[in-house]
Amino acid sequence: MSATAQRPEDLMGLSDEEFDTILEIMGREPNFTELSIFSVMWSEHCSYKSSKFWLKTLPTDGPQVIQGPGENAGVIDIGDGLAAIFKIESHNHPSFIEPYQGAATGVGGIMRDVFTMGARPIANLNALRFGSPDHPKTRHLINGVVAGIGGYGNCIGVPTVGGEVNFDPGYNGNILVNAMTVGIANTDKIFYSAAAGLGLPVVYVGSKTGRDGIHGATMASAEFDDDSADKRPTVQVGDPFTEKLLLEACLELMATDAIVAIQDMGAAGLTSSSVEMASKGNVGITLNLDDVPQRETEMQPFELMLSESQERMLMVLKPGREDEARAIFEKWELDLSVIGTTNDSERLVLTSAGEVVADIPVPPLVAAAPEYERPWTATPPREVLGHDAVPAPFDLGVALLTMIESPDLCSRRWIWEQYDHMVMGDTVGRPGVDAALVRVHGTQKALAISTDCTPRYVEANPFEGGKQAVAEAWRNVTSVGATPLAVTNNLNFGNPERPEIMGQLVGAVQGMGEACLALDSPVVSGNVSLYNETNGAAILPTPVIGCVGLLEDVTQRMGAAFEADGDAIFVVGETTGWLGCSIYQRDMAGGSAGAPPPVDLNTERQNGDFVRASIAAHQINACHDVSDGGLAVALAEMAIAGNVGADIDYKPAIPVHAWAFGEDQARYVVTTADPASFEALAAAANVAVTRIGRVGGAALTLPGAEPISVESLREAHTRWLPEYMASR
Amino acid sequence: MKARIHITLKNGVLDPQGKAIHHSLEGLGFDGVNDVRQGKFIEIELTDGDKVAAEAKVAEMCEQLLANTVIEDFSVEIDG
Amino acid sequence: MTAAVIVFPGSNCDRDVAVSLEAALGHAPIMAWHGDSTLPDVDLIVVPGGFSYGDYLRSGAMAANSPIMREVIARANGGTPVLGICNGFQVLTECGLLPGVLMRNASLKFVCRDVDLRVERADTVFTSQYTKDQVIRIPVAHHDGNYFTDPETHKALEDNGQVAFRYCAADGSITDDANPNGSLANIAGILNTAGNVLGMMPHPERLADPLLGGLDGAPMFSALAEAIAA
Repeated sequence: MSATAQRPEDLMGLSDEEFDTILEIMGREPNFTELSIFSVMWSEHCSYKSSKFWLKTLPTDGPQVIQGPGENAGVIDIGDGLAAIFKIESHNHPSFIEPYQGAATGVGGIMRDVFTMGARPIANLNALRFGSPDHPKTRHLINGVVAGIGGYGNCIGVPTVGGEVNFDPGYNGNILVNAMTVGIANTDKIFYSAAAGLGLPVVYVGSKTGRDGIHGATMASAEFDDDSADKRPTVQVGDPFTEKLLLEACLELMATDAIVAIQDMGAAGLTSSSVEMASKGNVGITLNLDDVPQRETEMQPFELMLSESQERMLMVLKPGREDEARAIFEKWELDLSVIGTTNDSERLVLTSAGEVVADIPVPPLVAAAPEYERPWTATPPREVLGHDAVPAPFDLGVALLTMIESPDLCSRRWIWEQYDHMVMGDTVGRPGVDAALVRVHGTQKALAISTDCTPRYVEANPFEGGKQAVAEAWRNVTSVGATPLAVTNNLNFGNPERPEIMGQLVGAVQGMGEACLALDSPVVSGNVSLYNETNGAAILPTPVIGCVGLLEDVTQRMGAAFEADGDAIFVVGETTGWLGCSIYQRDMAGGSAGAPPPVDLNTERQNGDFVRASIAAHQINACHDVSDGGLAVALAEMAIAGNVGADIDYKPAIPVHAWAFGEDQARYVVTTADPASFEALAAAANVAVTRIGRVGGAALTLPGAEPISVESLREAHTRWLPEYMASR
Repeated sequence: MKARIHITLKNGVLDPQGKAIHHSLEGLGFDGVNDVRQGKFIEIELTDGDKVAAEAKVAEMCEQLLANTVIEDFSVEIDG
Repeated sequence: MTAAVIVFPGSNCDRDVAVSLEAALGHAPIMAWHGDSTLPDVDLIVVPGGFSYGDYLRSGAMAANSPIMREVIARANGGTPVLGICNGFQVLTECGLLPGVLMRNASLKFVCRDVDLRVERADTVFTSQYTKDQVIRIPVAHHDGNYFTDPETHKALEDNGQVAFRYCAADGSITDDANPNGSLANIAGILNTAGNVLGMMPHPERLADPLLGGLDGAPMFSALAEAIAA
């Protein structure tokens, strides 16, 4: 057989070599439906072909890990028979094309990943990156994305408790929408996707199938060009009401023992869900496509297999339990249809109108999926800037006000007030500062959750930036008193076929791996989004980390607000005044950005463990991590949160602007009523602490600056975003 | 037989969505727009039968569910 | 002394209000499914918040036509206290137990935040543990909370003292700035003429636990527990 002679014109994104492998697997030319199935299964989005080699280097184990990467979401043990199940996932491309529906379906999809495993979702977070505020599309995109996230999460009744937002021209043509969901399950009621067992009914539940999002998975694996707006028809539309019913119906059925396996129909819909279940269960699956509930007429087999219609699940039940399942789904007004059975063929066989329309051996479809060790070049190191390389401001106080009013540092209240962040009655730490804190219903436990990444650091030095993303998320979770347990990651990069982009991915993954190991926070789930480019311009490398930690007794939580007058203020960690890649350098000084702050993981660990122990020992009254904008911004945020000022009378030995705005890592600001004991504890733990002032009054006074009233800090902090969104 | 139902806000009831659309149209440079009111359009497929009876039935649907007559007016057209 | 919480497809504050009721009553309320046409004998009915039927068509419209609401209307007319919170308020207006309608917020945006409310009536089964003109802090979380009615109905509401709560500034003054959604006369909650049906947009169940940031919602549930125990 001459393979090349019969090569179809449209390989659906597959390479010539990949097509040759398909010919070998099939022993014949695949038909259109079969080729479509290979195309989506081997797309970057489903196969992780460019990143898999490096993802395997990440630490994924630990005594707390029940399930690492490879299932719908990661699972960790939080004690007393309970598990936290979580994952972060991108919906970047759909959100740029149709921001409301793109973001909404992103939220819907990640929640399904979590409740598929038996968990009730208890918190949503979102890591968002938009283009420059001056870009004509930015306002429209923010409006749509925020409304879409709210529209979905508010309706289904899961609180949206936190996240992050950055602006950078690098995202002008390709925004990032990364959605994270955390759920709670009993450790003895966790559901997986392996369809083990023969002659079992394969059951379709949820919404009917339409032509939504066909080739969405391949779209997520291609670069954008200016014609992308024409791709609008393939964007899926979310139905949060149906998802709410699906959630309740699934949890009700999961309370019985009727389910063998369950898998969400996400990217590549029925194709990836059925292949995954068959592959993990080492079985074959035969599906009769005529039995798939359909919303549109004359749908072709490839359309049914590739549709990304939302709010659908595929289940394998124990034999004879179909009626019990049907009764539950009918109560919730949802479709349930038996569409196939498992067998020992290890083949995916599709029939329609009594004929076989596709017949593919499953093991090679999965095992022969391409994996590339793409060539990469390391990002060249940048020079370390001295204090003198970044000029001091004319007025330190004015600089602080300008910075906290800026797009990257200002209050996100305008956004999170559009999210129901209180529904379910367990939101103990509301959005706004450090990690969100959500009580585990009916217990004293709480989960602390934070998403973080500093893309400008990653761009300057992918390895240090990758470490920093983990360290900052870990620090935020620590700041509320919780012990970080594990992370999920969302790797957003440009085109991996370009060696310099691949080098960013490699560096960031290596940095993350090192940090996860040092901070005992393994990666239990994640998602990779590549080809984030428009007209050849890549986004800033953005490897987002979502960290989950446990606080055994929620009443011991720590807040970031300044409290009692007279409390002593300390900085935990060393301040060298590192201005390279800082917000101050970028927004206030200009010139070369220089190298980002290095992350010393031993110090990070030591300082964090000390802070957590001090919180547990009731030594401190407020705690806030120091990140973007440095000490001065951290102090301003604590003053605004507590509506009380502070007098910072410390005389730094370095230039005061470097001291105030430098972004040295591994630092926290804490307050204490008993400075002597606190200093003794720090000395015993061998942790550097510096007493810098005291809480009190109605103004924040920084060294060498006029007092700034808390009221004017608050005004500056809250002004920009609502004004920007109201203007046109 | 098809019923086409238009549901609109009553005169005098503030329509914030219509106002926002109006504002956006002006922002896009469409001048000469005096007012915008947003409503709903609903199509219902009915089994064929008496047109007058169908009209009465659809009006009842509007009264009971489809429109909120505190703030909304409705009109019904029956085709075929 | 039992309470029932009505659960529609898409209700999502049913569990939250059940927690507050259980804390006040000492035992869990009955969760009544929308498709049931009968309701056990209860001393209090709560129509909870959420997105019944996804807020499709109009908030509360389809829930108002579900079988159990016929029974709720009958009980309300017989004097059983009925409390509708947020989507529950929308359902109570749609089914005619309360006058007026909840329209899209004037901002056109969903709003979730703590607001200050002035207690206008402290002589009802719902509000007896507040004092008149007391300012309480209760969260709102809604897209359609903009209360509207025609001038005659509004006049009647005011004349009969049917306004239970108004959005206010921290000092109790009724200002436009304090109005989160554009409601007519800053109305946040209203009673029927008999005083046994209350609909309100704010969520008292969300600030009835000190860990969640406040306790101003708790007196409503303890007042109801006291009233129906008597």
